[in-house]
Amino acid sequence: MVKILENKMIVPNICMITVSAPEIARSVQAGQFVIVRADEDGERIPLSVSDWDVDQGTITLVYILVGKTTQRLATLTPKDILPTVVGPLGNPMEIDLFGKVACIGGCYGLASIYPIARALKEKGNRVTIIVEGRSSNLMFWQKKLKSVSDQLIVITRDGSQGIQGHIGNLQTLFARPGMLPDRVIVNGCNYLMMRAAEETRPLNIRTIVSLNTLMIDGTGMCGVCRLTVSSSTKFACVDGPHFDAHEVDWNELAQRRKAYLSEETQLLRSSLPQEC
Amino acid sequence: MPENEKPKPKIDLNRREMPKQEHHIRSHNFFEVALGYTAQLAMEEAQRCLQCKKPFCVADCPVNIKIPEFIHAVAEGDFASGSRILKERNSLPSVCGRVCPQEEQCESHCALTKKGGTIAIGRLERFLGDWEGAQAEAALPEMSTPTGKKVAIIGGGPAGLTAAADLIKAGHQVVIYEALHKMGGVLYYGIPEFRLPKSIVDREVDYLRRLGVEMHTDFVVGKTRSLESILEEFDAVFIGTGAGLPWFMEMPGNNLNGVYSANEYLTRINLMKGYSYPRNDTPIKRHQKVAVLGGGNVAMDCARTALRLGAEATIVYRRSRAELPARLEEVENAEEEGVQFRYLTLPLKTIGGDHFNVTALECLKMELGEPDASGRRSPVPIPGSEFILPFDSIIHAIGNGPNPLIPQTTPGLTIGKKGNIVIDLETGKTSKERVWAGGDIATGAATVISAMGAGRKAASSIHEFLVS
Repeated sequence: MVKILENKMIVPNICMITVSAPEIARSVQAGQFVIVRADEDGERIPLSVSDWDVDQGTITLVYILVGKTTQRLATLTPKDILPTVVGPLGNPMEIDLFGKVACIGGCYGLASIYPIARALKEKGNRVTIIVEGRSSNLMFWQKKLKSVSDQLIVITRDGSQGIQGHIGNLQTLFARPGMLPDRVIVNGCNYLMMRAAEETRPLNIRTIVSLNTLMIDGTGMCGVCRLTVSSSTKFACVDGPHFDAHEVDWNELAQRRKAYLSEETQLLRSSLPQEC
Repeated sequence: MPENEKPKPKIDLNRREMPKQEHHIRSHNFFEVALGYTAQLAMEEAQRCLQCKKPFCVADCPVNIKIPEFIHAVAEGDFASGSRILKERNSLPSVCGRVCPQEEQCESHCALTKKGGTIAIGRLERFLGDWEGAQAEAALPEMSTPTGKKVAIIGGGPAGLTAAADLIKAGHQVVIYEALHKMGGVLYYGIPEFRLPKSIVDREVDYLRRLGVEMHTDFVVGKTRSLESILEEFDAVFIGTGAGLPWFMEMPGNNLNGVYSANEYLTRINLMKGYSYPRNDTPIKRHQKVAVLGGGNVAMDCARTALRLGAEATIVYRRSRAELPARLEEVENAEEEGVQFRYLTLPLKTIGGDHFNVTALECLKMELGEPDASGRRSPVPIPGSEFILPFDSIIHAIGNGPNPLIPQTTPGLTIGKKGNIVIDLETGKTSKERVWAGGDIATGAATVISAMGAGRKAASSIHEFLVS
């Protein structure tokens, strides 16, 4: 039973929840996730830990509303409790002195890239954060992101903030003087991570992605999160969630992500008050 | 039979059958298959027991239940005493009465077995467990005076629960850490509702809670907190984290949609209650034709579950019926319910179609050759006999390796070749000071009762250590 301290929508369709979880706050490291259940009959979903406070004993998760569980999560208030928040699970992101690191975030990845950038910066790297989104109204945490980076670059599709463009312009961006990073880390939807990987492949920059697969237990017990990396099967929960982007079988990953699409849609429909 | 045990004048060899749901009905629901003895049937069955002076049944029970004594109490209709005697040695009678392989243990040594009238020890155990559960509140046993010592149990499965029960009764303070959101381990996520109702697991767990065992769910030792840090707070630690790493047959197509590990399939349905989707959120696919690879109890559980979800279920096994490792009772139940069996068939490849979904399984015919190391006749491929069977789901039920979380995150633990924690089999002691282990994490995937036996041995060694 976990107490909710704050839960609010920060930009359209993306919410931020802070819960009391002192044990997790003490042991979590950048790049780890928790498994959450929103109610007793609910499913178990993995969410990245985007921030934490050891003294307060709290962790913060940022989630996008996609299915019934996240929709349900969004309705909860500090009066409610979460039946399950378990973790921290998965391996931490590899943090070392790499030199120049580009941390790229899209969607909920704007938040989950934050602790990774913070750890890299603390280690002494020169950190550039690149955030990508449809429009400026979908951007959040910019102040926080600036505070843990040497440079923050915003890319919007409609040009309402920063550079007009999308993740496919990464090569052009890296071609600017002094912009070529030694390592790239990408957090966000599968499409963003895959496109970023395509961009960095010809430049031969080591690129790490934090994958968000289906999961149940999150401890290596069920294997639903399996994927192919360098032609061998890995479990995202215990072998990952961070993998070499140039070795991931992206097509398989995308197909496996969609395995329950029709069931998820059915649930979502049935949880809406009434169909119009 | 020993000479000094003269049979009573009339030996009743009529083993009382336990009522079951009719197969054509039960194959469409998740309610329990076996309905249990009535008090009348239980007493009749118990009265058949010869009350051997040297009971062979007890010797083969991993937890040494005083079998003749509890059966005597049932025969007399004194269920409260029977229950007390049973619980002295077994804290989970309703569970064991259902899932122990009694035919290989206590019952195989019953004096009446040779005459074909084996006493149904398991059914009587189940009856007593359920009888007590139906009473307003189960009686609590006598507890030893508190010792002031603290023991942490990692994993709330059968090994951990048994160790916890023994240690708390011995006067120690006991805290269980469980990674999932429900206590019970494989009893909860693995064994299906129709074989072991979850309300029974909850009840047996609740009994331990009433004994004073503290339980933390959603707590992953090795992640939420390291074992090292737990050791600082406790006098001893028992690791019973089970066989939580699924194996897949090595063949192409394993990552197609519709391919599951038995663990995933059963967890979705048992722990997450997928059978009541969409009332419960965790989705399950309504597959039409399901192949289950493997021939053990877990394979039977998967096939019978698939059947209940409306699929046509087929067990694909590379040997023949005689070599099936599953309990005969489970095989018969599966056959009655309509599970199909493809013997002498080796899966080679899972074939996919549109949207990455499974469409078929390519197989090879086998024939039986010479007996192998396990004593079973080994299957030999027939060259050129490849054939294709249409399926839209493939479940791999070929076993599990030990869960790697604790071995990976705990320095000082000696780990075996298969990733198991190495223990002294008599005491459960690991290579690390004050740390014991037992069950599947130490000895590989086996039965619930062997895990309970290991939990008991370790508890007794821990107790010895704590009081010395």
